[in-house]
Amino acid sequence: MHAIPTQAPSVMPAGGSTRRQDDEPLLRIDGLRTHFFTNEGVVKAVDGMDLTVPRGKTICVVGESGCGKSITARSVLQLVDRPGRIVGGEVRWRPGTGPATDLARLDPAGEEIRRIRGGEIGMVFQEPMASLSPMYTVGDQLAETLRLHQGLTREQAREKGIDLLRWVGLPRPERIFDSYSFQMSGGMCQRVVIAIALSCDPALLIADEPTTALDVTTQARIIELLKNLQDQNGMAIVFITHDLGVVAEIADDVTVMYLGKVAEHGSVDEIFSNPKHPYTQSLLRSIPTMRSSSGAGRGRLTAIRGMVPHPQNRPSGCPFHTRCDSAIPGTCESTEPPLIQFGGEGHRALCHLYDQSGELRDTSPKPPVMSVATVEEPQAKRPSPRADAPILDVQGLTMHFPVKSGLLQRTRGYVRAVDAVDLKINAGETLGLVGESGCGKTTLGRCIARILTPTAGQIHYRGTDGESVDLAGLRSRDLQRYRRQIRVIFQDPHSSLNPRMTLGQIIGEPLRANRIAEGSEREDRVAEMLSRVGLRPEYIRRYPHAFSGGERQRINIARALITEPRLVIADEAVSALDVSVRAQILNLLVDLQAEFDLTYLFVSHDLSVVEHISDRVTVMYLGKVVESAATADLYRQPHHPYAETLMRAVPVPDPRLRGSRNLPDVPDDVLDPANPPPGCPFHTRCPHRRDNHCDDEVPQLRSTGPNRHTACHYAESLTLRGVS
Amino acid sequence: MLGYIARRVLVMIPTLFVISVLSFAIIQLPPGDYLTTVVAQLEVEGGEVDSAQLAALRERYGLGESFFVQYYAWISNIVFHLDFGHSFEWNRPVSGLLGDRLALTVALSICTILFIWLVAFPIGVYSALRQRSIGDYAFTMIGFIGLAVPNFMIALVLMWVGLRYFGQSPGGIVSPEYAGAAWNLGKLLDVLGHLWVPVVVWGTAGTAGLIRILRNNLLDELRKPYVVAARARGLPERRLTVKYPLRVALNPFFSTIGWILASLIGADAIVSRVLNLDTTGPLLLRALMAQDMYLAGSLILISAVLVVIGTLISDLLLGWLDPRVRLRYGQ
Repeated sequence: MHAIPTQAPSVMPAGGSTRRQDDEPLLRIDGLRTHFFTNEGVVKAVDGMDLTVPRGKTICVVGESGCGKSITARSVLQLVDRPGRIVGGEVRWRPGTGPATDLARLDPAGEEIRRIRGGEIGMVFQEPMASLSPMYTVGDQLAETLRLHQGLTREQAREKGIDLLRWVGLPRPERIFDSYSFQMSGGMCQRVVIAIALSCDPALLIADEPTTALDVTTQARIIELLKNLQDQNGMAIVFITHDLGVVAEIADDVTVMYLGKVAEHGSVDEIFSNPKHPYTQSLLRSIPTMRSSSGAGRGRLTAIRGMVPHPQNRPSGCPFHTRCDSAIPGTCESTEPPLIQFGGEGHRALCHLYDQSGELRDTSPKPPVMSVATVEEPQAKRPSPRADAPILDVQGLTMHFPVKSGLLQRTRGYVRAVDAVDLKINAGETLGLVGESGCGKTTLGRCIARILTPTAGQIHYRGTDGESVDLAGLRSRDLQRYRRQIRVIFQDPHSSLNPRMTLGQIIGEPLRANRIAEGSEREDRVAEMLSRVGLRPEYIRRYPHAFSGGERQRINIARALITEPRLVIADEAVSALDVSVRAQILNLLVDLQAEFDLTYLFVSHDLSVVEHISDRVTVMYLGKVVESAATADLYRQPHHPYAETLMRAVPVPDPRLRGSRNLPDVPDDVLDPANPPPGCPFHTRCPHRRDNHCDDEVPQLRSTGPNRHTACHYAESLTLRGVS
Repeated sequence: MLGYIARRVLVMIPTLFVISVLSFAIIQLPPGDYLTTVVAQLEVEGGEVDSAQLAALRERYGLGESFFVQYYAWISNIVFHLDFGHSFEWNRPVSGLLGDRLALTVALSICTILFIWLVAFPIGVYSALRQRSIGDYAFTMIGFIGLAVPNFMIALVLMWVGLRYFGQSPGGIVSPEYAGAAWNLGKLLDVLGHLWVPVVVWGTAGTAGLIRILRNNLLDELRKPYVVAARARGLPERRLTVKYPLRVALNPFFSTIGWILASLIGADAIVSRVLNLDTTGPLLLRALMAQDMYLAGSLILISAVLVVIGTLISDLLLGWLDPRVRLRYGQ
């Protein structure tokens, strides 16, 4: 990491290293129950949670959304909003050598808990930008904490605040101190939030999905930062995440949560190499792993059936039995599972499948799968893509947005969101489009779908009759007939569906708008489509709010496919979903591709998902294509340093490989497509930059191998590392 | 910030120009022109039509010329000499007619805004922080009654209450004994004794609206992640609420200045009639009915200008309050 001193600044008193190690852990949660008293009844979000955090260790809490991870974290600091309340259990907090305090008994608005919040326990949240108030400078909010807990004067707080900002690796901390959150990138904001959380040298940091909203490169650097800071001040970390790659990267111990309770707990090695609970096993199996498995082709991910039930409808017995493949009939659905201790130190699970000695009982109908990386054979064989007939041939596509400023709002420059991009998509293939946020991948997708009218360039689309049309030049009336052939699946399953329309109206809308089908025929087709995407046809009269994120994404997919399109642009279609649901949706997309002979343009920032689903991958940086290659080739050995940077930043879900990736030392600066650097756009962050050639000459996209194109001056002479 | 102010002020110029053209167009709408009206009036009164006087008027207002020449004659008199033309109905210069009434109207407007703020602020904050409490419901109900009952009705009720229980007649703005007197403490107290009635009448509706806006804004803000983050830093609840969500929720207080200023100029003619107040409202109503074009045009122009000025004040206050407004424009 850049600019991080090897020692904490002298103002930071040394933390846990001097603290006495004894039996009582730093934090012990015992039987915590946090319930929400709503008009519809009591929601038991957390119901009997146990968690032990030893001093100086990192505990990861994992599970799907709706399992009560965040509520557990908030309960520790009494931050649960009404109508939620802690109704039982203990939260024993013992930062020093004295007696432990039960935080669950403290008054949520009282003096005592306020001293602990920010003073003894720091907290970091998921949305870095939103957790800073835009009305005050970040320095004001940082100094506020210091003055509150340490009684510093304004000047002392400023001085120490600037030291802290430098400590968390922010360049020019004096300037950052006086900046507002909306003037900074997400990564910079998260560093500020971490500086605030650690400002009073807490013994514990609670980080609630701190990297989920960040780019993969930024995520890697924030995790690196947290590890460095922990080495320096000896704090313990409770790290809440749904990303098992991150868990493998940072955890000492892992607690898997399901429906407000612990399902399994163990060391990171035990959880990854010897998971016991079927839920843990299914979670691990549902991650697409980047292993550059070129020979295997595209397999199906093993998803967990269904989804997390609402806590109000908690199943009796073992809460997981409704989704468990190994459930024992007559036992799992009626009796609470026993706590089983396994050989290792503290490895335990709540499951009926094991007897008290930790051995697998022979009553289970189907033993749980132990190994992690099993991939089922693809169900449907789909025809291999036809390379000779591109369905889409994009040439020199350019989309510039004017930047206006000054008194008269004159155009001062252009955001080159997409800058002279060439792209070919063959019929029947899946082209992955990756890059960090701000690289223009979404804009490119929207230009192709002609949601935007590009500034320049051609989009040649080959219709069913073999005729090629340039979509870029068509007016909206002429575009009408292509709108049903090229469809988009949008990212956010919550805001892309009109809450006032029923599923029948939402999915049938394209049929109505294009006058394809009317009345009962339309209804029949919608019902048919619903069952194709795995929803019940009876849902046709329901409204979207009745559905979960994964189901809404199925609705989105149904709306995209109802017109029998040929090309589907999936814009971050699975990014907002949990791992298990993501696996279900990816499988669905693969099945539908075979069934309807679809061509996909799959836009995503998630490299493992792109690797799983794509035949070829195109990498974009600052509006330009920097590399384009067959998936296996690219992941085995990228030719462009940016592709390498992206790949090395992805956390690998295997704790044994921890520390094996050496991250390039690049700053969190915002990509600014209005001011791309001269020469190669990536040269400011490139670890392989050589001489001045990179600084002043723009590299052209050129062939660097069979079916590979790279925009790098030194593509041939570099040996870059892909995913091992 | 300076760039932001300069930009807001510069944007006003074309806006004001368009407004003045539209106001003048309205004056021109009735058939005939000012002179035909004057001639008709003089003939009715049996007076003699003095052709020299007519020529002078023709010269002054550019009558018979094209629209833009006439417009220029009208607007340049206003801008350079504050001469708004002549009201033929009152047979007096418009500026003389407006002076006192405008001052009273603006004074009443400012008092009303202050009243609205003073009442709406604590109630809005209370209703948000104690959402769904009995107090919240009670204030909500009173607010809706205030919105639903017509203003003139409230005015009548208040007058009746004043007369019946306090033995004073709250109509008008000064008691007859002070009418011609110079300003002194007695007169000031007397004016204040009358002022509260129109302020309360006009304030009720605005207060009810603002309470709802403040309550909903604050409720939204209270759920934002930065509030939880501030709480997780150990901030005391009261300080946290005032410093973070409340400051954002204040936006509507400033953004409504623009409309309130303007709406009082013309819209409340009925209340002014009922309360016997010499505001501009009844004047505008009468001018429109009598086709008193220069008077009507001037009032329309002035109220439009007040909207623009009110909006400018709102914008500047918002820029001061909210760094996002200030800095995004300043870039």
